[in-house]
Order: sequence, then structure tokens, then C-alpha cells
Amino acid sequence: MGDSPACDVRCWVENKPGEGKVITKVLVANRGEIACRVIDSVQAAGYDAVAVHSDADAKALFVGLADETISLGGNTSAESYLDMDKIIAAAKASGADAIHPGYGFLSENAEFSALCQKNGIIFIGPSATAIEIMGNKSEAKRLMISSAVPCIPGYQGEAQDTVSLVSEANTIGFPVMVKAAAGGGGRGIRFVEKAAELESAIEAARTEALHAFGSDELILEKAVVNSRHIEVQIAADRHGHVIHLFERDCSAQRRHQKVIEEAPSPFMTETLREEMGTAAVNAAKAVKYEGVGTVEFLVDADRNFYFLEMNTRLQVEHPVTEMITDVDLVEMQLQIANGENLPLQQDDLTINGHAIEVRIYAEDPANGFMPQTGKLQLFEPSVDEGVRIDHGIYSGALVSPFYDSMLAKLIAWGRDREEARRRLIRALKQTKLLGLTTNKTFLIQLLSEEQFIKGEATTSFISDDVLTRANPGVRNTDLALATVLLNQSHNDLNGWSNSVPMLRTETLLVGDASHTVKSLQTDNGFDLFIEDEVIQINAVKCYEDELVYTLDGVTRVATFSRVEDEISLDLGDRVLNFTRTTYHPVIAEGEAGSGLIKASTEGLVVDVLVKPGDVVNNGDTLVIIEAMKMEHRHLADGEGKVTSVNVNKGQQVKNRQLLVELALVEVVDESA
Amino acid sequence: MSQLETKLDTESDDFNANVAFMKAYMERIRTIEGNGRKTEEKYRERATKKGKLLPRERLVHLLDPGAPFLELSTLAGHTINGDKEGETAGGNIIVGIGFVNGRRVLVMVWNYAIKGGTINSATTKKNLRLQEIAFATKLPIVSLSESGGGNLAGGGEPDPWSAYGFIDGGRVYAQQAELSAAGIPQVTVSHGNATAGGAYQVALSDYVILVRNQTHLFLAGPPLLKAATGEEADHETLGGAEMHATISQTGEYLAESDADGIRVARNIVAQLPPPAERYLTRDSEIEAPLYPAHELRGIVAEDKRVPYDMREVIARIADGSRFFEFEPVMDQHTVCGHVMIGGWRAGIITNNGPITPEGAKKASQFLQLCDQSNTPMIFLHNTTGFLVGVEAEQGGQVKHGSKMIQAVVNFRPPKISIIVGNSYGAGNYAMCSLSLKPAFVFSWPTARQAVMGGAQAAGVLRIVTEDRAKATGRVISDEERDTMAKTGEMVEAGLEQLSESVYCSSRLMDDGIIDPADTREVIIFTLETCKETEHRGTKPNTFGVQRF
Repeated sequence: MGDSPACDVRCWVENKPGEGKVITKVLVANRGEIACRVIDSVQAAGYDAVAVHSDADAKALFVGLADETISLGGNTSAESYLDMDKIIAAAKASGADAIHPGYGFLSENAEFSALCQKNGIIFIGPSATAIEIMGNKSEAKRLMISSAVPCIPGYQGEAQDTVSLVSEANTIGFPVMVKAAAGGGGRGIRFVEKAAELESAIEAARTEALHAFGSDELILEKAVVNSRHIEVQIAADRHGHVIHLFERDCSAQRRHQKVIEEAPSPFMTETLREEMGTAAVNAAKAVKYEGVGTVEFLVDADRNFYFLEMNTRLQVEHPVTEMITDVDLVEMQLQIANGENLPLQQDDLTINGHAIEVRIYAEDPANGFMPQTGKLQLFEPSVDEGVRIDHGIYSGALVSPFYDSMLAKLIAWGRDREEARRRLIRALKQTKLLGLTTNKTFLIQLLSEEQFIKGEATTSFISDDVLTRANPGVRNTDLALATVLLNQSHNDLNGWSNSVPMLRTETLLVGDASHTVKSLQTDNGFDLFIEDEVIQINAVKCYEDELVYTLDGVTRVATFSRVEDEISLDLGDRVLNFTRTTYHPVIAEGEAGSGLIKASTEGLVVDVLVKPGDVVNNGDTLVIIEAMKMEHRHLADGEGKVTSVNVNKGQQVKNRQLLVELALVEVVDESA
Repeated sequence: MSQLETKLDTESDDFNANVAFMKAYMERIRTIEGNGRKTEEKYRERATKKGKLLPRERLVHLLDPGAPFLELSTLAGHTINGDKEGETAGGNIIVGIGFVNGRRVLVMVWNYAIKGGTINSATTKKNLRLQEIAFATKLPIVSLSESGGGNLAGGGEPDPWSAYGFIDGGRVYAQQAELSAAGIPQVTVSHGNATAGGAYQVALSDYVILVRNQTHLFLAGPPLLKAATGEEADHETLGGAEMHATISQTGEYLAESDADGIRVARNIVAQLPPPAERYLTRDSEIEAPLYPAHELRGIVAEDKRVPYDMREVIARIADGSRFFEFEPVMDQHTVCGHVMIGGWRAGIITNNGPITPEGAKKASQFLQLCDQSNTPMIFLHNTTGFLVGVEAEQGGQVKHGSKMIQAVVNFRPPKISIIVGNSYGAGNYAMCSLSLKPAFVFSWPTARQAVMGGAQAAGVLRIVTEDRAKATGRVISDEERDTMAKTGEMVEAGLEQLSESVYCSSRLMDDGIIDPADTREVIIFTLETCKETEHRGTKPNTFGVQRF
């Protein structure tokens, strides 16, 4: 490395890429929690951080944390975080000499890595070649086999016609996995149980792969059932040093997406750790890896492990490794990118305690995990001992539909696994996220599942049963609390009246179900009548976002947010969203949808567009009347058939004169 | 400000007897109110069948949940118009001040479940009082209307068909027009029957919401029409919601049900200027009194001759029980001073006995000081009247008493009266009873309003008779003396009954009887209502809003 300071960019380009160049300012080419997390370490290391952002992210937290910001414009990823030219231009404009790509977006894009090099910018990550090799599952697998890294029996050949793939699958045996060679993130993957399903699975995976990754190359793998997903964190410097930072167990997955990650793996033995660590180091060496990376393995019940893929970037779940090793992986990335030696050797590393991470998403587990967008009304992270929260949000932040809906990662450390698990559940309860539906309740349930507690979670852990338990539905006490909340007024004489209390009725929508709650203010609080149950909630005190109440003699605090008729209530272990429909308008019976189309004005019929027997849709133009030099279109007020047309073109009509009669198709009123 | 130290012994027999009496009296009032509610309940089945809400259900649906609500004159019409023990009391309208979409409003719900919401003398009086409050406070009026118009049966009044009631009732419509011109919006949902007088109440409103298949608004319904002209027509054609929404345009909004109509009314209120309380800043932080409110029930005795110190009342309503007394060493019968209540500055004038010339002077001066500093005044009545006697007369009782009345009437900041106990004679005026137009006046169960006490009146009558006999030299026989004694007893007992709080409140000589424990809240609520007035944000015009 020598002791020469950074030379001028032109001089560097002419030299061996990277040689002699040191970082002064880092552009973070990412968004959300990871941008915040990277900016943090960049600044802690003494560098200035530059953020780039889309229009949708203009007010995002990470933008505020950076020292300099550059707007990329646009909303979609393609217009912003995936636009290499814009990002390179931003780096040049800001004078950033290094780009940290975070994860996702351009982090595993070989072309981008090469483009950075070409422009004299340090790409904080491996070389384009390493990314390219590891990015292609079949190529990677071929290399791994030759480097004595155990691989799942499978096919990663160049012949990609369906006949070849089918015949290879039969050789491997069922069940088999069909995967996009360029894949990642769970897309382009099909699990095929029987030969009969194979061809259609290949077709589907091909289409999806082409769509998602621009390549329809597939690989086949023996499906390892009831396996665990265990990955090894590695770090390699430019000088050939490679270490591993132990494993992470990411078995708890939903549709191949990691939900809970922990380190170390509860399934690990010392021998297996050493074997897997060595294999991971070998894998990195095979591609002359530089930077931090992750080698993913499947481990079967007999503790046989198979290479799955290598992620040539910082992983989402890297904090669990940091918490058990006391290493800042981003800081290490910066050191490596600066051409320094690894600050640690393998022997320096020990495992300290246990860490578990959960990913908090704006999604609705009760509704097929549908991503949620909108305003996050309230965000209060847990401040408990041993808890780390990586996030990119704040109270009032907007969650846009353009990107991944992950809001935060919550990580808890404990001296042992059980302490970490306990702390994480408590941290989840303490972390308040309101206004948007999140998977918080679901995560608490997962962490409370017997199988997880015992450390026996495999990739099939999140079963339908678990999902059912995670969606227990609304309880009467929840409805009661929401109603108490509605009965709070800003006035200092809240709830006071000189008159005898009167029974009040509120209707609340939870999911698709409507509930009626009657309430009566009492001297101590409220009596709430729900179906046949009477619930008493007393000693109510309402603050800005907290409701203190006593139920069955126990005093608790619920956190809430309310925007007009939308109420979110966080009861710790459960979060509920209510829509108050008490004052929602009643659908008119006679007015709209009567099928009787009357003239809206006196005027001249200039056109009649239908004749008896015609089938019309809601909103179709039937008759046009001209009055005061303006055309008035008379539209169908529902779907149906024209039964009579009472006017002709050229006819003068009076206001409210019946023009057309429709026999409307009965539409099922879903609100009923 | 010094903190008041209580001398009240809450363990004493007297205290407990007072509490027992007060509680029993409040229970009696709740029973009278409850009897009216029982009458309403009888209508439930019919209402449910028609898909209608009961009047009180409409009221609750209109009001913001959790927001305070002050109901007014619940006893109106009790024991008159054929009422016995409250079965038909309330004047067939439920009136109060509450919050709709954050805005303080006057609400009037026509109680169609009692006598079809028809209009009798109590209805008119209560309605006129509501309008008077509206003029004074600029509160918008939301009316949930359903009334059969004037009560043709008369309800036991001696002359139901007299023009008196008719002309008196006309004041309501006149004032509706004046309210519109005064920039006080009137929002009315026509929930059902709106015949004749009921129709004008609706149509004279600034905003009218019609309810499909329920509103029947016309000058004459089908029976009267047939009788008058022979024309036959059904309700919907004559005055249905759809007809009025599309043809006559007597209403602006067409709703689908009771609840839907109330929703529209709430939306209309939401379009009015923002909540006036937004523009108010408290004078200080709210502080609770040192002594609990329920102790207010134990201060006044059933026997009106038993004296008590009104400072005990002040100690239980003022912030931190603090009272900054004005001229504390002058005249012990009239007590004046400053307090904070609910974080608001206020003056208090109260009595520990009759109003003397000195007391009247003190009160008048205090009124002028509070007027100058724009400090609202709270009157806590406990006086047997102006002091009589040579010393008092020579001390200028009439002069000082008159000038006190003048000071009270012309006092410009808000005035709120609480009749705690005795309120007799000119003392009743000087302490700002309803006749002197306070913003609000409420009575404790122990309140008594009359020209004088029953015993005094009987005594006056006896002395006048004796004097006349003496002047003419006639000797009063024993028989005559017996008759006089009996008459005296009757006058005494009668006057006692006629001065009682329930009697007075039933005849709208106040805005209602309150539980003493609610006094502080009532004062804060009404004080805030008054203080908001200048910030309501609506504007007067010349002719009121016309409907074309």
C-alpha cells in the first residue's frame, strides 16, 4: 500500500485500479434503513457522507443524516437508485471518491462495479468479476465444485431447452428446485414435488427469471427438505487475507424471504462451524473476493451442508453478526476498500452471546402480507438494554409504494439465545409503529412459537398453523378500548355532563368485519356493551398518543394514533387498526342507481345514443341535452338494459323530464 | 391570593344531614327527568319499526363523543300542561350546549316521543330562552326537528285556544329571522313531522336537511287539506323529503335516514368557522380546588334559616381554593373577591346574609373594577334581600340597592348566576337572577326565589289587616283572627312551595337545577361558552339568509 497519499484521479486511472487511492468522501447509493446505517459508520470513520435520493424519498430520514444530498429525481427504482449514470454523475458532482451500494439495487451489479472503476471511483464491494461469477448460480456452482465447496446435487449446464432440463431433473430425483441462474430474493424459484409438475414449473420460472433478472437461464437442484438456511459471513482484503465471522441462521423464512435471523445458529456444532467456515473462506478465495460477503448454505437434518450461493454484498441481517462479534462490518468494508489489511485475524474472533433480528415490514399478514403504503403516524423505537434498531423512518414519514416495504430491523442481544429472544419480544412490544399495518404482531407470534423457542425452526417453520395463530382477530376488549379512545375529547371537561349519561353507539370496521359498540360514561370510566358482553374500563387517562386504562383491575398503557376515523391501537403484543364508520354516508337507495334518467336541465336533445334493449354500463352516455350553449351528458346510473327511450333527437325537454328508463342489474351491496 | 381554610366538619351530623337532604333532592329531580325518559322509552318499539332513532339517540349521535354537554331546563313544564311527575316534562324539546365537530353549539332536539313533539307554553318559553342564549353567545343552533306543531289538545292549560300562546309562539319565528340576520347559523334536520308551526321552525333555518321517506313538511297535512279545500293528496306529494329537495327546494340536503341526516348536519357544522376556543388562552394553568366537590352537598341545610359561610362554597369551586377578597373588613354580609376558576380570571359576589347599604356599595364598586379589567362575574346567591330598618333606609338602602342593580345590569363581561340558597326580593335582582339577563343562571336544589319569605308575607298580610282595622276603629273578632291565622299559614306554605327550586325551574326561572357537586364544571363550561363569543367568526347581515 505504501505511504503515498491519494493522488489525482487521472493518475489513478492510469495506474492499477484502486492502487494508491484512498477514500475521502463516500456516496451512499441506497435508501431506507441501510442508507442510514451506512452513513452512520461512514461518518463515524471520519468521512463525509453523500446521500442520493429519489423524489419520493426527498423527506426520508437518510437524506437528513447525510452531509450532502443529491436528488436523482424520479420515483421508481429504475429512475433513481438503479440509474447508474445518474449515480456516477452524483458522485462526481459531490466529489465523492467512493460509492457504498448497500444491499439490493446496484450492490451486486457487476456492470456498476466496473463503471465505478472506469470513472475512478472506489466501489465499496468486490470486483466486477467476482460479482459476475457469484451472480450466476450455475457458473458459481461449477466453480464451487472445483474448489471443494460442497454443493447440492443438481444441474447447472448450458443446455437450457426444456427436454434437457426435464431429463436432468429426473437424474437428480424429486423433489427438485428450479431456480433462475441469475436469481436472488426468492424470485424465479419453483419447488417441484412430482415429475408431472416439472414442465409448467420450468416455463413459469423461465418467464419470471427473464422478467426479473433479464436472463432466463435456469438451474436445477435437489430439494433439501426440512433444511436450515445457515450462512457464513466472510471478509477478505486486497492482500489475500480471508476470515469468516461465524454463521447466521436464517431458517425462519416465508416464501423464501428471511423473516428472523440469528447468530449463532442454535443447530451449530463446533465441528460444523469450522467446516462451514473453511468452506466459506474457500469459496471467497476461489473468486479472489475483496470486501465483506456471505456464503449461504443449506444444512440438512444430518448436518450435511451444501453451497447455495454467495451474496457479494453486505446482508440485511449483518447486525446479528456485528452484535456477537463486536465488529462494525461497514467500517471493515471501508478499511478494505481503502486497501488496508483486515483489522482482525481469524483467531481474534470469538462469539459473544446471541443475537436475533426481525424485519419489520409495512405489510398486512392477515391479508396475504399485502404491502402497505401511507403515512406512518407514530414511530417510537424501543430503548431497552441490548436492543438495536436499524431504521430509516420517523413519525409522520411516508411509506411509498415504489420500494421494498421494510421499515426497520430490530435486533436484540442476550448472553444466551433465550435472553436475546425474550428481549426481542419485549423490544417489539415496546416499539410503536402506528398508522400503517405492520407485521409486528406476526413477528411476536413467531418468536413465541414452541418450535422457535427450542431452536428447531427449519425453512418450513412458518406454516399455515403459525400464520393462523399470528392473526388471532379482534377481541371485544380491543373494540372497547378503541371506543374509549373515541370518547376522549380535547376539552378539559372531557366526558363531563350535568345530565344523566346517555348510551352511545359506534360502529368500527376491523378488516372486513363491522362491529357495533355501545358505551356509557360512568363515574369511574366506561361501560361498554359488545354483543352480550359488558366490559368495564376505568381510570382512563388520555395523553397525546397514550391511553392509560384499567381493565379487570390491571392498569396498562396502550399507544395509539388517530387520524379522523382511522385509529391504530398498539397493545404491545398486538396492533389493531380500526376504521370508525359511525358517520360514514349511507348509500342512497332511490337517487343513484334508480335506472330513471331524468333531464338535469331544460334544453334541446341533441343526441340519443341508445335504443331499447341496449345493454349499458354504469357511466355510459345515454342522452345529450344542449342548454345555454353547453352540452349536458346524461349517464347511465348503473349496469343494465335500456327498457324505454322517451325522447327523440331534436326534441325540447323540460327539467326533470324522464328521458330513459333502465332495468338495472342487481349489484350485491358489499357494505351490507 | 390567599388559600381558604375550611371550617366545615365533614364528620358532623349536620354535614351528613345536609348531604342526605341534597342527595334526596337530586334523586327527586332525576326521578322527574327519568319519568320523561320512561315516556320516551314507550315509543322505542314504534321508532325501531320505522327505522327511526329516539330523540335522545339522535342527540347522542349529533354530539362529539367524550365532549362535555350541558343540558338546559330539563324540568320545563313539570306539573304544568297536564304533567304530573315529569312524565311529559321538558317542554317537548331537549336543549343543551354541546360540541359538534369540535365546535360548541346549541342543540335542540324535538322530543317527538312525548306528545309528538308538539308545542305548548313550556316549549315556547324554553325555545325563547335558547334563542336568548344564542343571541348572547352567538352559538350556532343545530335543531333535530320533528314536531306536530301547536298542541291542539292544550295539555290542560285553562285557555289553550287563546291567541296569547299563539302570539307568544310567534316570537320564536321572529327571533329565528333575527338570529339569521345576526350571523348565528341555524342548522335543522327535518326528521319527520313538520306541520304548520313545526314547518316554519324548519324553513326559517339557514340550512335544512330532509330525510327521505320521513320528512313530512307542510302547512296543512292531508286531513286538514281535505277539510279545508276538499283536495286529496298523500304525505309524500304534499311535503315529502324528495318533493322538497327537488321541487319546492325547501331543503338543501337530502339524507337517507335519521343517522344520515345527523351526519350531514355534522358536516355542515364542520364548514362553519373553526372552533372558537382555538383563539382563547387561559389566564393560568387549571388547578383543582383543595377540597373535593362532593362536599358542596353538605354546606347548605334543608332549613333555610341555618346560616353558612359562602367561602366554604368558594373553597370548593376556585382553583387551588384561592380567594383574593375585596374589602374583607367591610360589611361581612356581602362577600366579593377574585378567583381563578378553570384557569380563568373571575370575580365572585356572594352573600352571607342581607345586602346592606355598605354591602351594595362594596358590590357596585367591585363590579365596576371587574368591568374595567374585563373580568367575568360569578354571582352566588345567598341573601334574604336588602336590609330594612331605619338605619338602613337612612343609610341610603334604596339608593345603593338601585345603583347596585344598575351596576349589575350594565356590567359588560360575562355574568353567571348560581342560586345556592335564599334569593329573595330585590336581593334576587341585585344578585343577577334571570330577570337581569345573566348569560346563565342555575339553581342548587336548596335555591329559593321569591319576592319575600312565606312567613314574612303572611306577617305583612296580617299586619296590614290589623292596621286597617285599627284605623277604622273596628275590633277584630276571635273568629276573624282564626281565619287570618289560617290564611297566613296557607300563604306561608304556598309561598314556600312556589319559591322552591323545582317549582321555579319548571317555570323556567333558571336554566336548570344542578347537583352542587357539578357547580365548578357548570361555571367553567358556561364561562368558556361566553368567552368564546367574540371569536365565533360568523358575520351578521341585514335580512338574514334567504332561501330562493
